[in-house]
Amino acid sequence: MADPEHTDPPGDTGAAVPTPAAAPKPPGKPAAAAAAPKVPPPPPGPPDPAPPADLPVPDFIQALQEALPGAVTQVAYWVGDWTVIVAAPRLLEVAQYLRDTPGAAFDYCSDVTAVDWPTRAGERFDVVYCLYSTSRRARVRMKTRLGDTDAVRSVSGVWAAANWLEREAFDMFGIRFEGHPDLRRILMPEEWQGHPQRKDYPLEGPGELMLESPQQWLKLRQSFNEAEIE
Amino acid sequence: MEPDVARPMFDTDELVINMGPQHPATHGVLRVVLKLDGEKVVDADVVIGYLHRGVEKLSENRDWTQIVLLTDRLDYVASAAANLAYVETVEKLLSLEVPRRAKYIRTILAELQRLASHLVWLGSHAMDIGAVTVFLYCLRERELILDLFEEFCGARLTYNSMRIGGLPQDLPPGWDKKVLQFCDIQMEKLVEYETLLTHNRIWLGRTKNIGVISAADAIAVGLCGPPLRGSGVARDVRKDEPYAAYAEMEFDVPVGANGDTYDRYLVRLEEMRQSVRIIRQAIGGLPEGPVMGKVPRLIKPPAGETYHANESPKGEIGYFIASDGKSTSPYRMRVRPPSFCNLQALPQLVRGHLVADVIALIGTIDIVLGEVDR
Repeated sequence: MADPEHTDPPGDTGAAVPTPAAAPKPPGKPAAAAAAPKVPPPPPGPPDPAPPADLPVPDFIQALQEALPGAVTQVAYWVGDWTVIVAAPRLLEVAQYLRDTPGAAFDYCSDVTAVDWPTRAGERFDVVYCLYSTSRRARVRMKTRLGDTDAVRSVSGVWAAANWLEREAFDMFGIRFEGHPDLRRILMPEEWQGHPQRKDYPLEGPGELMLESPQQWLKLRQSFNEAEIE
Repeated sequence: MEPDVARPMFDTDELVINMGPQHPATHGVLRVVLKLDGEKVVDADVVIGYLHRGVEKLSENRDWTQIVLLTDRLDYVASAAANLAYVETVEKLLSLEVPRRAKYIRTILAELQRLASHLVWLGSHAMDIGAVTVFLYCLRERELILDLFEEFCGARLTYNSMRIGGLPQDLPPGWDKKVLQFCDIQMEKLVEYETLLTHNRIWLGRTKNIGVISAADAIAVGLCGPPLRGSGVARDVRKDEPYAAYAEMEFDVPVGANGDTYDRYLVRLEEMRQSVRIIRQAIGGLPEGPVMGKVPRLIKPPAGETYHANESPKGEIGYFIASDGKSTSPYRMRVRPPSFCNLQALPQLVRGHLVADVIALIGTIDIVLGEVDR
């Protein structure tokens, strides 16, 4: 299904928000198809620009590349932030290196989150780790790319703080973290279907049913309305 | 008959009880599933999400400017802090220069907000523990701050007080004098709160050595803000990664020694004094000039991602924003909520304490469920 949030014209976004009074309308496709030419499709991924040539790469990144050859696939720099892009199978190694090496000492995991780029071939998700060093007062972002069905090693053993943050990424994007001690949904109800932050998740409706069979969903919704009147 | 050692006289089965989500001391809709051995907490499971409104998803479908008022609804007792962190992140993506006067006014607003938030915290924390008077005193002073905000931006709770590139308007005439008057009142009243609590035997009994967490554990579990500083880690985003006008301000970062509930109380009280100090400096050095930078009419940051953190009253509030460079809304907006990350430490803090201490510990980490659940 096309992503309605990016093909809707900007002025129309208010209508996409579910309101109880709104009449049930068939979701997604017809409206999205009509509006498609107005907004260009989302890019297949973030640009992740390489650092400018006159900017020295921080020492710990150079040391990391030497200590674990092949683990870092790319180094990116944008508006003052350094990002290391790591091959998914070697994520745990890099995480441990970044925490334990004195020159890096990233002992504080600020944030774990994900970004969905559905049009990128084979590697749909970016999992982003924002790290901070309390002793060196420096930041770095660690990023890895994942396919739709891939799993990534959990870093909750390296930074206990990642426990809930990974649970949230699982809840919202459906990313499986292998070796996580307690991978349950955290914000959505336990029995919820689907993962709301994915780009193909609709803004309105009871989730998966609407995705799979809009007609059935409409019927269900109408039957709810009738039951309320009686 | 010999007493049966293996089977004690009383039944010692573990009891599982629910605290919340509609419990007045859980500060909203927090549910904690406690596993009890008598009065002692063996384990706790925190259940959240009752207030989830999908702010992050909603933001992907709103204009960059419209999101400021969604951020109001995260930490609703400290909206200005969330506003500030968001607009600064977008300014970072746009590489926008903000006028110096706007930076100073933002600093003043953020510190007033810190005072207001800490007052709500102190009042409700003390009331949870049984000191109702403090609550009334604290809300009395908070009312003055709300009046100041109302005069500045017309709202008392959800301010929408920042704009990308500056501020919606300049200060109303005479506002700075009123702020200085308030600072004098606040410094006086802080002594009053301390008289009621700091050496109070009941207060000491309920907070000393309750919920001790070491500096290393606090860093590992991702505590931030006053709870982290209470454990002796001098980590303050205002000092370490200065934003707004904090680089030009002189202030101290108070740290605790024992990492218990009492130290976190002392840290926050001292922070309030430091906030007054910052406000006085900022008003004294308030530069002249415009309050709005040169902002393009249509905000469309170039494609790229960034993470920017601020020190909100609760701790490190961060925004991770990805822009695709084409649409008029963020491709992805992630809030790193300090309350969420602090709440994660609750099971660790309550283990081995009594049920009544759970209330004190929920109070001491200072959560706002609007921000935890987003």
